Amino acid sequence: MVIQAIAFYMFAIVTIAAAVMVISARNPVHSVLFLILAFFNAAGLFVLMGAEFIAMILVIVYVGAVAVLFLFVVMMLDINFAELRQGFLQYLPIGGLIGIVLLVELLFLASTWLAKPLKTASPASPAPAADAVTNTHALGRVLYTDYVYLFQAAGLVLLVAMIGAIVLTLRSREGVRRQNAAAQLNRRRDQAVEVKKVQPGSSI
Amino acid sequence: MASLWQGYLWPGLIIVAQIVAIILPLLGAVAYLTYAERKVLAAMQLRKGPNVVGPFGLLQPLADGLKLLNKETILPSGANPIVFVAAPMLTFVLSLVAWAVIPFDAGVVLADINVGILYLFAISSLGVYGIIMAGWASNSKYPFLGALRSAAQMVSYEVAIGFVIITVLLCVGSLNLSAIVKAQETVWFCVPLLPMFVIFFISALAETNRAPFDLPEAEAELVAGYNVEYSSMTFALFFLGEYANMILMSAMTALLFLGGWLPPIGIPPFTWIPGPLWFAAKVAFVLFLFLWVRATFPRYRYDQLMRLGWKVFLPFSLLWVVVTAGVLVAFDWTPK
Repeated sequence: MVIQAIAFYMFAIVTIAAAVMVISARNPVHSVLFLILAFFNAAGLFVLMGAEFIAMILVIVYVGAVAVLFLFVVMMLDINFAELRQGFLQYLPIGGLIGIVLLVELLFLASTWLAKPLKTASPASPAPAADAVTNTHALGRVLYTDYVYLFQAAGLVLLVAMIGAIVLTLRSREGVRRQNAAAQLNRRRDQAVEVKKVQPGSSI
Repeated sequence: MASLWQGYLWPGLIIVAQIVAIILPLLGAVAYLTYAERKVLAAMQLRKGPNVVGPFGLLQPLADGLKLLNKETILPSGANPIVFVAAPMLTFVLSLVAWAVIPFDAGVVLADINVGILYLFAISSLGVYGIIMAGWASNSKYPFLGALRSAAQMVSYEVAIGFVIITVLLCVGSLNLSAIVKAQETVWFCVPLLPMFVIFFISALAETNRAPFDLPEAEAELVAGYNVEYSSMTFALFFLGEYANMILMSAMTALLFLGGWLPPIGIPPFTWIPGPLWFAAKVAFVLFLFLWVRATFPRYRYDQLMRLGWKVFLPFSLLWVVVTAGVLVAFDWTPK
């Protein structure tokens, strides 16, 4: 258990330190890199809890895809840091107020938390013993039986978000020459080449 | 005290020994992959290739490595020093840690985890960070352009690779790599899933930034892409990482589609050859395909690359996932 404890405290400390660095780093690219470090250590914590499927999905989705696009955008931004700091004191009261409201809400939530056993079994899918089935199977069993409508609804929300992003950014420009691979491949010699007899001393 | 030794130190030493036993042959394989690449390309172009250092030029990789070690490590004055140095280390480390879950034979694997294939997918999707960090930290135009191209390219082809993996998983019913190989005892997946095998191989080329998709380092346009500003060992780490990733993607191809350590037919003349040798032979075959493709095809244009990834591979692999699932359910072939 000593090793697990050491690993837990290492992951936890690095997660918190990286999270603090995300908001305190001066360079936004460094912030994103620290965010990635925090994701990674959170995945480590999931592995320690025995939730290896969620850990891997966290790394694949957040670190492998979402954060790459974040980094992509942040690197391309041209940010003037002096200008960014100017409004700091002006926005401090309202920012602090929002922070305090969130903190109070969290405290309310924590104070009313009841550590009672969660619903783990249902008639449709009796929960198997934890060591009898991998957690990928276990997740699949609840996700596609009890929670199938919620799962579908989440998919629909994502679809709407995707269509929204496409509609917002779609624009058709005039005069863009696009490559049509099918048309190019279907072109034959008699469509492309014309043979003409040229008489000496004359032109076509 | 005794329990500390029995419980932690001794198993720890065994794990370290296993790691060394995997990494040393891997680095040797990387060194001789560069030699093999030059020899194969030379043979295909009717040249001799490296033939001066040692018999048949066999010591050439060592000479190249020593030469790189002797060079000066240059840190550009405009670069972001920490990220600049961290990027090649990240590339190199990521190319090595993935080998923890690769099974070389039945039971011969460092970490036989439940979600082995997801771990491999996660690690290979992290490879883009080394490149994009290098491109940004160099504070120079060509590396930045190369890094942006690479990021877009790797993210695009990961989607296709994900669907290919899902198809294989549908046929196996497990995320464990050993289970994936064992499921191919009757027939290798490259036969029933041939289109996905082709898509996976082409996506692997794009994922490792190899020709004909080597746009991030297109010499003619970007000098050398994201690693222009790197020299000496920092460059060597990128180089080693890139070739180790090639071997890793070949190993993934062998595990997913070519039956891993299994012989082609389970009858005596084939079963006499031990499993790790079969595995190595399959990896070497896929690597030869990588080199063959490089010697044969011209580089893709960038818009063609994106078209292939998003408009051809993505819809096709999505369709094939549905078809595979439909066939498995219709004929009741789903793995129990």
